[in-house]
Amino acid sequence: MYTNDFVRVMQSPGGERRRGRSMHIDIPLLMILIALCIGGLIVLYSASGQSLFYVKRQGLFMLTGFIAMIAVAQFPVRFWERWAVLIYCIGLISLIFVLFFGVGAKGAQRWLDLGFTRFQPSELMKVAVPMMVSAYLGKRYIPPKFGHILATLALIFMPVLLIVKQPDLGTAILIFASGCFALFLAGLRKRYLISAFLMALAAIPSLWFFVMRDYQKQRVLTLLSPEEDKLGAGWNIIQSTTAIGSGGLNGKGWTLGTQSQLNFLPESHTDFIIAVLAEEFGLIGVLTLCTAYLLLIGRCMVIALNSQSQFGRLIAGSLTLTFFIYVFVNMSMVSGILPVVGVPLPLISYGGTAIVTLFLGFGILMAISTEPKRIRIEL
Amino acid sequence: MIDNAAFSDPARDRRIFTGRLLIAGLLAIVLTSAVLYRYFDLQVTQHQDFATHSDNNRVHVRPAAPSRGLIYDRNGKLLADNRPSYSLSIIRERSVNLEQLLQQISSLIDISSDDIERFEKRLTRRKPYEPTPLRFNLSEQERGILAVNGYRLDGAEVTARLTRFYPNAELFAHVIGYVGRINERESQQIDSVAYSGTDSIGKIGLEKYYEDQLLGTVGTEHVETNARGRVMRILENVSPLPGTNLTVHLDSNLQRVAHKAFKGDRGALVAIDIKTGGILSMVSAPSYDPNLFVSGISQTNYNQLLHSPDRPLFDRTIRGQYPPGSTIKPLFGLIGLHNNSISMDYSIEDPGYFFMEGIERPWRDHNSKRGGHGKGVDLAKAIIESCDVFFYKMSVKTGIDLLSSYSEMFGLGNLTGIDMPGERPGIMPSREWKQGARQEAWFNGDTINVSIGQGFMLTTPLQLAVMSARIASRGKVLQPQLVKSINGTATQAVESREPITINDEYWDYVHRAMRDVVHAPRGTAKGISRGLDYEIAGKTGTAQVISISAEEEYDSSKIDKSQWDHALFVAFAPVNDPQIAVGLIVENGEHGSSAAAPIARLVIDEYMKSKSKQSQVIANK
Repeated sequence: MYTNDFVRVMQSPGGERRRGRSMHIDIPLLMILIALCIGGLIVLYSASGQSLFYVKRQGLFMLTGFIAMIAVAQFPVRFWERWAVLIYCIGLISLIFVLFFGVGAKGAQRWLDLGFTRFQPSELMKVAVPMMVSAYLGKRYIPPKFGHILATLALIFMPVLLIVKQPDLGTAILIFASGCFALFLAGLRKRYLISAFLMALAAIPSLWFFVMRDYQKQRVLTLLSPEEDKLGAGWNIIQSTTAIGSGGLNGKGWTLGTQSQLNFLPESHTDFIIAVLAEEFGLIGVLTLCTAYLLLIGRCMVIALNSQSQFGRLIAGSLTLTFFIYVFVNMSMVSGILPVVGVPLPLISYGGTAIVTLFLGFGILMAISTEPKRIRIEL
Repeated sequence: MIDNAAFSDPARDRRIFTGRLLIAGLLAIVLTSAVLYRYFDLQVTQHQDFATHSDNNRVHVRPAAPSRGLIYDRNGKLLADNRPSYSLSIIRERSVNLEQLLQQISSLIDISSDDIERFEKRLTRRKPYEPTPLRFNLSEQERGILAVNGYRLDGAEVTARLTRFYPNAELFAHVIGYVGRINERESQQIDSVAYSGTDSIGKIGLEKYYEDQLLGTVGTEHVETNARGRVMRILENVSPLPGTNLTVHLDSNLQRVAHKAFKGDRGALVAIDIKTGGILSMVSAPSYDPNLFVSGISQTNYNQLLHSPDRPLFDRTIRGQYPPGSTIKPLFGLIGLHNNSISMDYSIEDPGYFFMEGIERPWRDHNSKRGGHGKGVDLAKAIIESCDVFFYKMSVKTGIDLLSSYSEMFGLGNLTGIDMPGERPGIMPSREWKQGARQEAWFNGDTINVSIGQGFMLTTPLQLAVMSARIASRGKVLQPQLVKSINGTATQAVESREPITINDEYWDYVHRAMRDVVHAPRGTAKGISRGLDYEIAGKTGTAQVISISAEEEYDSSKIDKSQWDHALFVAFAPVNDPQIAVGLIVENGEHGSSAAAPIARLVIDEYMKSKSKQSQVIANK
C-alpha cells in the first residue's frame, strides 16, 4: 500500500504543454549540461596539448552520456525505486568479484574485465548507493529511527569497505558521502548528527594507522608541506598552484598556458584540468565555471524540492550534493587545500566512465523533474 | 506492508527535507566561497609570485659556449685546433631509472667500466638538472644508434660541442699544454658565469698562461623548455665571442727535428731567436699525447704516464733543474775578463788537479786523463778543451759575489719571465743564498765547485738557452717569449734591463773561443763541425749526477745508467751574426760532446736551412 494510492491524481496546469515534458527532458538542466560540456571540451583541447584525439573521444563519451541520460529519464521514478535493490546487489556482487578477479594498474584493482569491455563497479555504486539508501529510507518513518539508521549504515558500508580494499579511497569517501547525504536529508536527528561527527573525529587516528596506505598518507603530508619534496609528491601541487596563480585575473589565453602546454602540470587533462582552466582563463574563467556549477546544483535542488515522492527527494538531493562534493574536492585538491585524491572535475575532466555515471544520475533527476505533478490532499 | 509508511505525513516529510536541503545548500555556498577565496588568493593576491615562478619554470638561460682561441706556429701551422665532438650526457632528474638507462645505453654502444666510474664521480659533483657526460667522442655510427633509440632513452642526450684538438700530438705537449675538464678546486676560483658555456680550462702550458685570452666571451640563449627540459624555442640570444687566436714563435719543423733528435732519451732543448727573444723550439723528452687529457684521461693511462720512470709529464725545459756543468765556463770567463780578475793573456799550468790553501783534498780536472792540460792554458784553451783547473783558479780570484751577480744578469738563478706557468728559478748560489738556505757561511771551496757549474748551482734548460742568447747578442737582455702575436697584433720584445756593457774585445774573445769549441781540432764539440757551411759557437758540459771522490775515476760501466752524468750543450749560430741560441740537456747522456752537441747541430741546421729558404723567397720576389 503506497501513500500515492490514496492521492487524487491531477495534472498540473499547463504541464503537458511544457516543451520537453513528453520527452522527459528538463530543459534548463539540459541547457546547463550542454554549456558545461562544450566548455569542458574547449578546455580539454588545450589541456591535452591541443589534441583532437582526446576531444573527439570525450565528445563521444558525452554523447553516450546524453543518450544514457535520456534513456534513464524515460523510466518513471517508481521504476527506479523498485529496481534500486537489484542494481545495488549487482553492484555489490561485482565489487566482490573485483576483489578476486579485478584488473587494474598502479597497485589498485578497480576494473572487471567483461571480455568486450572493462567495467568499474565502483563507478556504478556512485549512483546505486544513494539510490538504494533513498529507496530504503523513502519507505521509512521520517526522521529515521535508530534501527533504520543502522540498516542504512550497513547498506553504505558494505560497498564502501569493498572499495577501500581496492584501494580507491577517493571514490569510497564520495560514495560514503552520497549515502550519508541521503540519511541527512531524510531528517537524521541532531543527536545522531553530533555523535556521528564526534565518532568521525575519533576515527581519524585509526583511519591513519590501519586503513590508509603509505601513498595516501604521503599525499596528506605533501599537502601540509609541498616544499619538502619538490620533485616528488610535492611537484603536482607546486605546479598546479603555480599554474592557477600565474593565470591571474584574466588568464594567459586559450592554449597559451605555459604550465600546461609545456608539460609542467601533471594529469593536466584529467584530475588537474581546473588548473589549466585557471591558468588560461584566469579567475574570471574559474568564476564562470563555478557559476555554471551553482546553476546546475540550484536547478537540481529545485527538482528535488518539487519531487512528488520521498524517494525522489532523497535521491535527487543526495545526487546533487554528491555532485557538489566532486566539484568542491577537486577544486580544493588542485589548489592545495585538500590532499590529492583521485577525484575528477565533473563534466570537464577527461574520462569516459565518470562522464557516463554522471549522466546516469542526471537521467534520474530528469525523470524526477518530469514526473506527473499531483495535487496532494493536505491533511 | 511497512507500517511506518501508513502513518507517514507527506507534508511533514517534505518540510523536513526542505529544511535539510536548505542547510545543505547554505553549506555548499559557504564551501564554494572558501574555495573561491583560495583561487582569488592564488590568482590575484599572490599572482605576481606565481607568475614569476611560472616564468622561471619555462624560461632558462642557456650559456652559448664561445670557441676557444686557436694557436698557430710562426709559419701559420695549427698547433691547437677546435674540432666538433659529440658526447653523450645524462640528466639524472629526467631519467626514470638511472641504473636501467645505463644498462640500456651500454647494450647499444660501447661503454667501458672506466666510463661509468668517471661518470659516477662526475654525478656526485654536479648541479641538479645539469647534464653529466658519460661518453665523449661518439662515432658517427654510435650517434646514429643513439638517435634511433632516443625515444626509449629518456634523460640521455647527445650534444655537439667544439673540443680542443692538438694535431701534433706529443710534439708540443709541454709548451702548448692542454685543456681539461674543470675540477673542483678550479671551479671555486673561476668566474662561474664566464665558464658557464664550457667545461674545460687550460691546465698547463700556454693554454693555462693565456687562458683569459683564449677563453672568449660566453653568449646566452634564453630558451623556453618543457618540464622534461626539452627546448621548445629560443626566445632571445646573444652570440658568444670567440677567444683570441695566438701565434707563437715556435716552429713546427724545428720542434719536430728537435723532438726526433732525442731518439727516446730523456732531456730537454730550448732554442731562442736571439733578435727577439722568441722561443723557436721547446722540447721536453719524452713527451705524451695532450689529446688524452682533453676529455678526461682514463685512470690507467694516467697512472702509466705518472709512474713511468721517464717522467713524461715533467716539463724539463722550465721545471728541470740541473747543474749546468762546463756550459757556464764561457760566461764565467767573460765575467773574469770584465772584472779584470784575469786578462786575455793570463795562463796557468794545469797538473790535472788543484789544491787550495789549507785544504788537503784536491779538486780534480774532470776533462783530462792523468796529467792535465799542461802548460800555457789560457781562457780560450780552457774553454775549448774545457779545463777545470783554470776555472778553479780564476773563480777564486774573481770571487763568488761577482760571479753570482753577473750570472744573474745573464738569466741564471732567477725566473726568466717566460710566458708559461710553472717555471722554476734554478739556483745561482751566493753568500746570501747559502746563509738563507743552509744557514752556513760561504767557503772558497763552494766557489770552486760553482766555477765548473757544479756544487749548489742549478739551471733550467731554458736558462741555459737564455744565457747563450745573451752572450751571443753581446749583452742584450731580452725576456724569452713564446707568443709572437695576439689576434694579429705582434707582441713587443721585452728588454728586462738595459744591455750588459762589456768591452767588445772580451765578447769577441769569448765568441771566438766558443766557435773553436766546435771548429778547432782540439775543441770538445769538434765532432759536429763536419760539413758545416756556417759557424757554430758552443760549449759542452757534463753534470755529475752522483759525486765521485777525487781518488775515484768515473766509470760508466760500473754504475747504473740512471746515475750516468747528464750531457749538456749550449750554442749559438751563426757566429758572425748570431740568430739562434740553443740550450739543451740529455739526461744520463754522459758526454755533452757526443750526446748533446749533435742534437744542437741538427736543430741549428734545420733553422739555417729554413732561413736560407726564406731569404731565397725574398730574393726571388
